Amino acid sequence: MTTADAAHAITLIDYGAGNLGSVGNALTSLRVPFKIASSASEIAQARGIILPGVGAFASAMDRLNELQIVEPLTEKVLRHKTPFLGICLGMQLLAEDSTEQGLHKGLGWIRANVREMTAKPGVRIPHVGWNTTRTSRPEMFTNIADGAHFYYDHSFAMECDDSLIAAECDYGGRVTGAIQSGHIWGTQFHPEKSQRNGLVLLRNFANFVKSRVQALNGGHHA
Amino acid sequence: MLKPRIIGVVAVKDGWAVQSIGFERYLPIGRPEVSVEFLDSYGVDEIALLDIAATREGRGFDTAMLKRCALRCHVPIAAGGGITTIDQAHDIVHGGADKVIINTAALDNPAILTEGALRFGNQCMVASIDARRTKAGHEVFSHGGTRARNLTPASAAAAAQNAGAGEVLINSIDEDGRKAGYDLALLRSVRAAADIPLIVLGGAGHASHFADALKAGANAVAAGNIFTYTEHSVALIKRQLAQAGVDLRIDSTAAYENAGFDADGRLQRQDEELLEDLLFVRIHEEVI
Repeated sequence: MTTADAAHAITLIDYGAGNLGSVGNALTSLRVPFKIASSASEIAQARGIILPGVGAFASAMDRLNELQIVEPLTEKVLRHKTPFLGICLGMQLLAEDSTEQGLHKGLGWIRANVREMTAKPGVRIPHVGWNTTRTSRPEMFTNIADGAHFYYDHSFAMECDDSLIAAECDYGGRVTGAIQSGHIWGTQFHPEKSQRNGLVLLRNFANFVKSRVQALNGGHHA
Repeated sequence: MLKPRIIGVVAVKDGWAVQSIGFERYLPIGRPEVSVEFLDSYGVDEIALLDIAATREGRGFDTAMLKRCALRCHVPIAAGGGITTIDQAHDIVHGGADKVIINTAALDNPAILTEGALRFGNQCMVASIDARRTKAGHEVFSHGGTRARNLTPASAAAAAQNAGAGEVLINSIDEDGRKAGYDLALLRSVRAAADIPLIVLGGAGHASHFADALKAGANAVAAGNIFTYTEHSVALIKRQLAQAGVDLRIDSTAAYENAGFDADGRLQRQDEELLEDLLFVRIHEEVI
């Protein structure tokens, strides 16, 4: 990594429950520099953060608490407004609570709740596969067609106000596909596993981080 | 709308991707990471990476091989073979797999599915069931098809769902490598017994076989051999299915929009005028 690269490297949070490898591989193929972090001091340095996620809600929250990184992450994202992307469970953790394996509190960064999806005839749970996704936020979905396919794999979904919803799909009803609250981005689908569309979204996030870093440096190109 | 998935199976034995016939004969194909990369670029929806010799050889899953495969793969990977402990499951999730496929261990110790679901969520746990037709009906076999379990696939699927599996992969040993179509009776019996998504494997030899299985209620159709040896195999199969009225994901660059196919599924030659025009089309390489 060159010094110029390091200035806008993305910080990938390793909390033992994520599919870190997949996200890292996707960033590598985009040649986006990144570093892996699991401590408060490393998070303090971050210019852009990705919280990946494959796992169960409660054990993921436990891991974040064990590593004592809830405070540093909150400080970084809510106070310093560092660009943030939560993927799948990494997005769900931003909610106030989840009912996965009992009621558990989340990070509470956004007004949302994670609830179990209901199975119906013809609607088998988990919701797994490629679903056409309606997109409504240009920043996140630059160069991605409305109705693009993304890969989903989940049994719990985020319920929140329409103003937060950046994308949605249908599976036995409306399902939150992505959320955005300013610099906080989240996707229920897996961009790292959604071929071209997913790579473009990750590129959009990397560009967002880069533009923030450049703005902070007073317009000088780092 | 959720699209039915076409899953490419890469069966690995002694470090080589192989073609499997009846769980008995194996033909070498090449390096698994190359198979995975091709399937990805041909527009497959998901990859099942099976270390088929692991249980029989009494060893764990080949994680180094998985890491090489995951490096250039931009679709989900479900990996399995020889996984008996939750730590091994963790290693493969960490190594780049999105889902863990459990076969023999799920029969011997269903708690592994429960524990896995607690740790990784049930969407991560795929219960794989190998079945054979016997005089008494379908029966489950484990250890790579070598050990009879005196259990029907339907009850094995229901038990797997109760234990915490998020998907069932049902494989017909009889049809494996025969290219004569899926065992639809087997598929229907499992579909009625479990209500988690169902993946069917074993026997696909023609695009119509995929369509038949989807019509019979499969949520995803998996195949290995049919995707080997043919350039753009997945894209060609998807186009034939689309022409037959199946709504699926076609995002690959080579999409064969106006292609014609003969009865055996072979691509028909385009007319001269079109080919002439193509000579002068400049296609820019896409940069993301």
